[in-house]
Amino acid sequence: MAEARLTNAPGLAERARRIRLHALRMGEVQGQGYIAQALGIADVLSVAYFHAMRYRAEEPSWEGRDRFLLSIGHYAIALYAALAEAGIIPLSELETYGGDDSRLPMSGMAACTPGMEITGGSLGQGLTVAIGMGLGLKRKGSAASVYTLLSDGELNEGATWEAAMSATHWKLDNLIALVDVNQMQADGRSSSVLGFEPLEEKWRAFGWHAQRVDGNDIPSLVAAFDAARAATVPGPRVIICDTRMARGVPFLEAREKSHFLRVEPHEWAEAIAIVEGARA
Amino acid sequence: MSVAARKRLTTSAMIASLASEGQRTEAAPFGEALCRLAEADPRIVGMTADLAKYTDLHVFAARFPDRFYQMGMAEQLLMGAAAGMAREGFMPFATTYAVFASRRAYDFICMAIAEESLPVRIVCALPGLTTGYGPSHQATDDLAIFRGMPGMTIIDPCDALDIAEAVPAIAAHPGPVYMRLLRGNVPLVLDEYGYRFRLGRAALLRDGAEVLIISSGIMTMRALEAAKLLAEDRVSAAVLHSPTIKPLDAETILAEAGRPGRLVVVAENHSEVGGLGEAVAATLLRAGLAPRFRQIALPDRFLDAGALPTLHDRYGISAEAVARRIREWL
Repeated sequence: MAEARLTNAPGLAERARRIRLHALRMGEVQGQGYIAQALGIADVLSVAYFHAMRYRAEEPSWEGRDRFLLSIGHYAIALYAALAEAGIIPLSELETYGGDDSRLPMSGMAACTPGMEITGGSLGQGLTVAIGMGLGLKRKGSAASVYTLLSDGELNEGATWEAAMSATHWKLDNLIALVDVNQMQADGRSSSVLGFEPLEEKWRAFGWHAQRVDGNDIPSLVAAFDAARAATVPGPRVIICDTRMARGVPFLEAREKSHFLRVEPHEWAEAIAIVEGARA
Repeated sequence: MSVAARKRLTTSAMIASLASEGQRTEAAPFGEALCRLAEADPRIVGMTADLAKYTDLHVFAARFPDRFYQMGMAEQLLMGAAAGMAREGFMPFATTYAVFASRRAYDFICMAIAEESLPVRIVCALPGLTTGYGPSHQATDDLAIFRGMPGMTIIDPCDALDIAEAVPAIAAHPGPVYMRLLRGNVPLVLDEYGYRFRLGRAALLRDGAEVLIISSGIMTMRALEAAKLLAEDRVSAAVLHSPTIKPLDAETILAEAGRPGRLVVVAENHSEVGGLGEAVAATLLRAGLAPRFRQIALPDRFLDAGALPTLHDRYGISAEAVARRIREWL
């Protein structure tokens, strides 16, 4: 199969909408979960999988693929939705999410799912693994990039900053970190749990090519991914994505406690109807 | 202070040699063995967290500069990056001190390496009580820590020969390995016993009728010396060297411990909690064997700083202390 690089058909907004829809249907099976994060990150995943990354849907471990590391393992629901939309896993399998013996566990596991490069979830590890993969790809003379999805809460973990220093030290221009700033972590608002601003300046101080964009605005994301890939700086790149939890479902966006969202049975249908109605 | 006392104190240095006076040694057996292996296998890379010089990886770094990765004093990063390298098809040997790998980087080794069964070889200096620097550098708990990690192979070599032969063996083994390391001028002892390292196998180095000492790491050296001391008193002691801590060679251990009439003593350079002693005890009990059993191990305490010979005497892991206690138990 040809490399998937579908810039036009169907549009990125439509891909994002379908990622949201897949995620909501998975969430409905469990009745609760990290659905707000999935709705929030859908646009970023759409641009990553349908604009930026090179991969072969039918050959998930194709050597030349760009690697996508889900450091924040609990976002697995979002990545499964994107992997299904990309044809890497069958859409019909999504209903097994979180079930016994499913290939789609609640927190991502590399051994379970095609396209899941690492077992994330112990936060702070993804970027350290990305360093090794970036170094390894360079050793092999590979042109592939390593994308790593982190979150604002995860930046609490010190190992991320060990890796941030290291990426610059090794001039890893094949690394692109994506930081989802959705201002929510387990115990509440991220900036009140542990202040992390000014974020762009922090990454720059660590030597990274840093951009900060509205992570729910597809044209901005496309421009940021393009700029990150095209930059001629001899080092790593980060795109800080400000996103809105539960984006696309207004009554869920309004919830204050959204880290692990509880949704009533009738509300799933309502949420799905909203996203279905938003067809581009 | 007498000259002798001053001389003794110098052994509290971080990199104190374990060799006793006049003992044959080999320089940097790990670094040399890794270089030999790397000549033949381009997948091998060396990675360290600012301790190349103190883990003998500097030998590899000098020989293969473009295959050496200095990751800085960041053990979590070291282990995560080693996992990433392994994912890309390389075979990293990652080195640091045993305390830092086991205590600081545990979660990274567990989730990024072991849970994925990645071929990362973690090789760590200063195992157990091999430095006088005190608890910050004394890895008296590393075996207990790593024994709890599913899929982790654990090696505690005795001498330069053991290390040199273990390096290609662990490289050929699928999955992650943690190996304790002796560095610098490492004693050479086991060649006198016709010994060869075999992964997962214990080896009977000498036979004896009254005592069976099961040991690993430097305690095998001590056990062999203690057996000689005991022989002078007409006490006949066997020494079974078990360098693979996990998976334990239950077959050989049960066969030897099952021979009736012998006191079974496990000698280990590790806390009495969770190391070889408890592993052997559980193996015996699970098999329905209950010989007279004693453990020579470090106490379940944070140990003192000081000169190594003093500390080895104090905590009962010198050859003399081992022989003395066995005499008491007989």
